[in-house]
Amino acid sequence: MSSPANKKGSFGVAQVILFLSIAILVIVVAFPVLLILFNAFWVEDHFDLANTISILKQPMTYEALTNSLIIASMSTIGSTIVGTFFAWLVTRTDIPYHNFMKSMFLVPFMLPSFIGAIAWKMLLSPNAGLINRFFMDHLGFDGPIFNIYSYYGISAVEVMYLFPFVFIQVCGALERMDPTLEESARISGAGLLTITRKITIPLVMPSILSGALLIMLYSMAHFGTVAVLGIERGIYNIPVLIYERIHQSGGSFESIRMGAILATVLVISAAIIIWAQRKILSTGHYQIIGGKSFRPTQLKLRGLRIPLMLFCFAYIGFTIVLPTVIIFLVGGLSTYGLPFTPENLSLANYKFILFDFDVTRDAIFNSVTLGFTAAVITMFAGVMISYVIVKMKVRGKGILEFLGMLPFSVPGSVIALGVILAWSGQFGINLYNTVWIILVAYIARYMAFSLKANSAALEQIHDSLIEAARACGATMWQSLKDIVLPLAKPGMLAAFFLIFLPSLRELTVSIMLYAPTTRTIGVAIYTLNEDGETVISCALAGIALIIIVLGQFIINHFNKKAGV
Amino acid sequence: MSYVRLINVTKRFGDVTAVNNLNYEIGKGECFSMLGPSGCGKTTTLRMVAGFEDLTEGEVWVGDRLLSSPKKRLYVPPENRNFGMVFQAFAVWPHLSVYENVAFPLRIRKLDAKEIDDRTMDALRATNLVDAKDESPDFLSGGGKQRVALARALAINPDVMLLDEPLSSLDPHLREEMRFEIKDLQQKYGFSIIYVTHDQSEAMALSDRILVMRLGVVQQIDTPLNIYNHPANKFVFSFIGLSNFLHVDNVGGSPVLPEHQGNLPHSLKIPGHLAGETALSLASRPSETDFVAMDDPDGLHGLVTRKAFLGEIVDYQIKIGSQFIRVQKGRREAGPEQGENCSVKFLRPFWYADDYDETQAVAESD
Repeated sequence: MSSPANKKGSFGVAQVILFLSIAILVIVVAFPVLLILFNAFWVEDHFDLANTISILKQPMTYEALTNSLIIASMSTIGSTIVGTFFAWLVTRTDIPYHNFMKSMFLVPFMLPSFIGAIAWKMLLSPNAGLINRFFMDHLGFDGPIFNIYSYYGISAVEVMYLFPFVFIQVCGALERMDPTLEESARISGAGLLTITRKITIPLVMPSILSGALLIMLYSMAHFGTVAVLGIERGIYNIPVLIYERIHQSGGSFESIRMGAILATVLVISAAIIIWAQRKILSTGHYQIIGGKSFRPTQLKLRGLRIPLMLFCFAYIGFTIVLPTVIIFLVGGLSTYGLPFTPENLSLANYKFILFDFDVTRDAIFNSVTLGFTAAVITMFAGVMISYVIVKMKVRGKGILEFLGMLPFSVPGSVIALGVILAWSGQFGINLYNTVWIILVAYIARYMAFSLKANSAALEQIHDSLIEAARACGATMWQSLKDIVLPLAKPGMLAAFFLIFLPSLRELTVSIMLYAPTTRTIGVAIYTLNEDGETVISCALAGIALIIIVLGQFIINHFNKKAGV
Repeated sequence: MSYVRLINVTKRFGDVTAVNNLNYEIGKGECFSMLGPSGCGKTTTLRMVAGFEDLTEGEVWVGDRLLSSPKKRLYVPPENRNFGMVFQAFAVWPHLSVYENVAFPLRIRKLDAKEIDDRTMDALRATNLVDAKDESPDFLSGGGKQRVALARALAINPDVMLLDEPLSSLDPHLREEMRFEIKDLQQKYGFSIIYVTHDQSEAMALSDRILVMRLGVVQQIDTPLNIYNHPANKFVFSFIGLSNFLHVDNVGGSPVLPEHQGNLPHSLKIPGHLAGETALSLASRPSETDFVAMDDPDGLHGLVTRKAFLGEIVDYQIKIGSQFIRVQKGRREAGPEQGENCSVKFLRPFWYADDYDETQAVAESD
């Protein structure tokens, strides 16, 4: 249909964009991951599976594997139950203040779980934890009522911060579900409990499972909580072991190799989880979104209404307010361990970390600049790659589609190890111990967010809008500049904030890559806490919380205005 | 022999009265439609009968069983009312097979296995779904899904079937086909139907009687033929079929076009009960309007501003004074050309007072 000249012209542009997109994903994600696989199986110039297996069988690696699995399973089950229950409560019952509760249950999304872990350590460590002390000193208990340094403790803290993954998915499904699906069961003679059991739960099951798998994926590869709470009793999981080995040995060959093998395990489990999630979403995702809708029938809680409301408030107070308050209070103490009386509390620590202490000042500067730069680069790379995947018809797109799925399935600790392997000088470029290596790792880690936000926005732009521009005589570049980019702006903005905010509190990647002058906020909080500088670390955590909450507030305001 | 009875039924949502003092009775085996524009309260009424909404005032009876009565603090929940119901959006469960969808209400009633199977298969046969019984309803077309919903409602052999715009999600040709399927099933099983729709031809085709509703108030309850031939008011006239309205001034008892644009023929007389009104509407149907010779004393002169060939019929737009009316003629009948002067005669004129008129927005429904 198009003339040969025209075809040739657009072919060239398309090829350039496709090539750039593939190059970015290869350099940033695929190459480091390949190096990990290579190092995991390749010993002294030959493929050696036996050696790999023998390393996996070593007690330490084996234990890290089982711990990752145990903690991830417990956290997943716990979060799924908590998330589903609260989602049902706020969407399908007449519980009071359900809008307020709904926004409160989403707060843990923005709170970094390792800061929560530090707070819970101060509250529930067996001997010094404030709650345990209170029970022992004032209520005559012989021992601690709960030991946070345990599988249960670690999983409980993870549940507090991960359940929103299930909560938000199930809330969405329950709210969008066509109420007549349940009404037709009612008119068929089924009571509300039967309907919940036989109709509602099965219909939202894909959403529940997909949220649960996200949590599993996250928890398997999660560093912070386990590192903070497990160290006392020697509980470690895969990312913690990788970090400790590489950190202690200063990056020796054996530690890198062991890390590569463990990282390979993470990559494979992540791939299985992602595959299972896609399977569930594609085959089991029912069309349950209705046409004309009346509001769904609300279960009247009657006598349970007030007790359940109090339970929710207690949960919010205990898991969200209490740890946050503790962080700020401890951050105000002159010495850790003093009682919280007005004469012991001041803003001195906050002033110190903001203006006088170069470690924390550097950390804040590093995190903000790294986060901003990573967000800008990833936002633009993401919109280009998504454009090729969603909109362009060009040969070789299949490779890009495959590469585009990689960022979703590579956990943070794997990316950190991969960039060490790739950019420590073996291939001519040595970024080790500089901020640049952290930047590259951030871009790889957050590419998935950008691809998701941008492709969602681009899918909204109907092809005919671009075709109309071309029909008016615009070249491909002009149609990109004048039509696609302006329309993709909401997606790009969303991508920017989805990257900028989490990167401010990033720990898993930064901890593997930091040098004395390149600490990020997360690293500074973590290392200061490890070094016993509890009050300084809490003050910094408090500052980080304020920045994150302010940032989230700005986004929400933005989104409301933009109507996104 | 009334079977379903609504007595003084009223529903208020806050300050808004959605349904205002509704009274009607439906006989056993009757097909009764509630017809009206969206927001007229017809769906709310059906949901009150089904039990998804409680009444603010009034009572709902089926046979000698009282289902809802706020005064007597009585409210039977939908699951205990024993109705069959079909929704607009199909509402078939995608996680259950066609068979299990239909068997669901029987399993809830804890019937024995043999009876569940017999009645499920009966319902599937009646709706031509036997071949699809093991499939997921997600793989069926819209019509197929709606058949599953019908079969599910039939399975319990209900006395009353509630249908909430069951055909409006379907393609037009399928809609006509399903209309007659529903009618056939009703004749076979003998249940009563309460049918909610905004589509007047659907209501006409199916119903023994139609209730026309507007802003929560009943306008007319009658057979389709009477509603068409004797509309109770201007709204009913405009809502059923195509309609023309000519605004006319009453000058000393004679009808005159506004702004001195001419007199009406002497044969068009203002009826006695409207003699006191100064502004009137002369209503007519495009299909009940003839072209007559220019010198015919009963003719009203106008100009053909548009002539459109629609296949079976030809549609004319005629300018009379500053107002427009439509005339429709069969394609074989002779008529004037676009741009020509013509003379029209109303075969069945209706007169309505103009100040009644807040209904302009719904004039000319098709």
